Amino acid sequence: MTPTELAEAPAGPVEVEGDDAPVAATTLPAIVATSVPPTHLRTLSGMSPSDYMNLGGALISTLSITLLLFGILAPLSGVVGFVVVAWVMFLVVYGLLVSLDESRPVMVDKVMSAVLLSAAMLAGIALLSVIVYTIAKGWSALFKSNLYTQDMSSTGPADPITQGGIGHAIVGTLIIIGIAIAITVPLGLATAVFLNEINNRFSRFVRTVVDAMTALPSILAGLFIFATWILILGFERSGLAAAISVSIMMLPIIIRSADVVLRLVPGNLKEASYALGAPQHRTVRNVTLPTARSGLATAVILGVARGIGETAPVLLTAGYTGTLNVDPMHNSVVSLPLATYYFVRSPQQVMIQRGFATAAVLMVLVLVLFAIARLLGGRQAGQVGRRQARRIAARSASDAARFHRLSGEGQVSFDPAAPPPPPPVVVLPEVAS
Amino acid sequence: MTVTELSGSGTPPTSASTFVRSGPPPVARLPEPRKLTAKRMRGDRIFHGGSYLSGVIVLAIMVAVGLFLSVQAWAALSSAGPSFFTTAEWETDRGHFGIASIMLGTALVALVAVGVAMPVAMGTSLFITNIAPQRVRTYLVAMVDLMAAVPSIVYGLWGAYFFQGMAIDVARWINTWLGWMPWFSVAGADPNSPTSSLTVYSASIFVAGIVVALMVMPIQTSVMREVFSQVPIGEREGAYALGGTRWGVIRIVSLPFARGGIIGGTMLGMGRALGETIAVALILSSRFDVNFHILESGGNTVSKLIADRYSEASGFGLSALMAAGLALFAITLVVNFTASWFVARSRSGAESEG
Repeated sequence: MTPTELAEAPAGPVEVEGDDAPVAATTLPAIVATSVPPTHLRTLSGMSPSDYMNLGGALISTLSITLLLFGILAPLSGVVGFVVVAWVMFLVVYGLLVSLDESRPVMVDKVMSAVLLSAAMLAGIALLSVIVYTIAKGWSALFKSNLYTQDMSSTGPADPITQGGIGHAIVGTLIIIGIAIAITVPLGLATAVFLNEINNRFSRFVRTVVDAMTALPSILAGLFIFATWILILGFERSGLAAAISVSIMMLPIIIRSADVVLRLVPGNLKEASYALGAPQHRTVRNVTLPTARSGLATAVILGVARGIGETAPVLLTAGYTGTLNVDPMHNSVVSLPLATYYFVRSPQQVMIQRGFATAAVLMVLVLVLFAIARLLGGRQAGQVGRRQARRIAARSASDAARFHRLSGEGQVSFDPAAPPPPPPVVVLPEVAS
Repeated sequence: MTVTELSGSGTPPTSASTFVRSGPPPVARLPEPRKLTAKRMRGDRIFHGGSYLSGVIVLAIMVAVGLFLSVQAWAALSSAGPSFFTTAEWETDRGHFGIASIMLGTALVALVAVGVAMPVAMGTSLFITNIAPQRVRTYLVAMVDLMAAVPSIVYGLWGAYFFQGMAIDVARWINTWLGWMPWFSVAGADPNSPTSSLTVYSASIFVAGIVVALMVMPIQTSVMREVFSQVPIGEREGAYALGGTRWGVIRIVSLPFARGGIIGGTMLGMGRALGETIAVALILSSRFDVNFHILESGGNTVSKLIADRYSEASGFGLSALMAAGLALFAITLVVNFTASWFVARSRSGAESEG
């Protein structure tokens, strides 16, 4: 109900002006004790012992049936087959067991909850399997120092894993991503601010185009730079060319996620700033950006993680080299994913192993970046960390002291009649737990 | 309490005349309203200029990419004519090339990927929003984000060296039991002989599609999760208050509310799947015929073609690759815009009373 509706409702039979208007009394029915109050509270959440029994029974019987099916009745094969059959059997048996002492809707609810849980578990197992498999395959090479200190310039395809390394690919990745960060982070954040602060037809058009460019397949970003920068303008394949193509791919990603984060900044914070007379650029600098800081950091770091792992544009623009090259302007460089791609396409087992070691290094790098993003982010806009809270408190205390001092000296007076107020109490902002 | 509420609560409208008006009678003609035009300070002018500049730069880059692709592709498109869409081969030197087979391969990989990823994404997002306890929820969200951050080359390695061995069993099973459907049949496979070679099933669109599914699942999950979490809490709790079970509430309230978001998230994932390069290039073996047998070894996609051919391409060959890339870009654009339209439309209902 809207306020207007509320207001117009009592228009008819309202007779409340007169003092002697009859007062309609509300009568309550007398409370009659009809039943004995329950002696214990029913548990509404969690699992009861009978739920555990159902689950355990279903698991045991599923295992038995599946083993029977696989071992004796039909020689099906494969791990996937076993898991799928076991899963279907589990759902059937579990449903049966629950339906013994529950109604049909409860049975459907429990079975469907199990289905949804298994979808989440499937995703988790797939991710775990990808990470563990990659790192495990590269494990033996990960702790050999030559992997990080040497390059492939004097290593033949048949040389053992104790020779050669991917130092050049690590340096190449750092060069490419460093230049890409230098391009995309200022430009991307400025554009996200532009999309949020200026709302007219042009900014909406820019937002639509940026949205469209997130659909650009990453290999086309590489093809664009390959055709313009390298073929038409005649520059050579280099770290710079690779960095520009990675930037074209990262830019829409960073703009879009930063735009979303900035849109979450509470409007009343900004309006409070305007109400205090702050111009727009100071509001952006002192209110909007600090409030969204952790979210922006997360957006940037996840964009960087995507950029580091990108192979397709680098494949077209960086060339391939086995030697260390620290000059981003000249000669080919190679990045970690690109080196992996070249290593595993070799028929030599040693090279494939090297490829897995490279992929493992890349994976560890992405995991570290992701962990940093998690530590920084995950906080809602406006919540502050402990150290941030202390800094804000200190600043506001010094402001308060300054006001107090100035009003005592008679330089600043908010109310000419009033005596100088006592030093105000500094209220600490709420700290995120 | 709002103004309307205050004015109407006590006195009925007829008693308005009982108010005693004090002061001079109201002026008939209202004074001209003050013009409120703010003159921007210098700092703000600089700020506006700077942010416009960044918007213009980004716009210029993006438009340049699109325009350049179109211009470069024109030479190949105009020489091939309409046969560009019907030819399966890719022999640019003989002027005989087209996207019939690679586009079909691209679409099939994306379809397999979405077919596998969509149920998993939906289950995961429903589990996160409706069932998981708060603490588990944060971990699951982090897990999905991490899946999106894993580089595609890592997925490709995993698919080519680890998952393929498992997927071949599944492929053989599907071929044995459902091989009578034309798209599941495999040339050269003999399901009745257990000793027959399994290599006919390797490097297939099916395997590549499942690996791409892992890459598109995170984006689908996060879009669906966002839409599911916007289901009005009042309607959900109303359904619970009527005695609904968790699944009942999901089926009656959440799914109908989030239908647009589910479709949109699925299509957004499809846009990603269409453009995937490296994982597909590592798994799929190249072939250039119109092949819709998804379990059969070999296939091709647009991005794989570009990755394979760009280095040996001359001017005209490059133009042909650009044309293929442009066709892919056009399709992903259409898919993405349709997806965002669906997602945006599904949110309009989020304003209902909570």
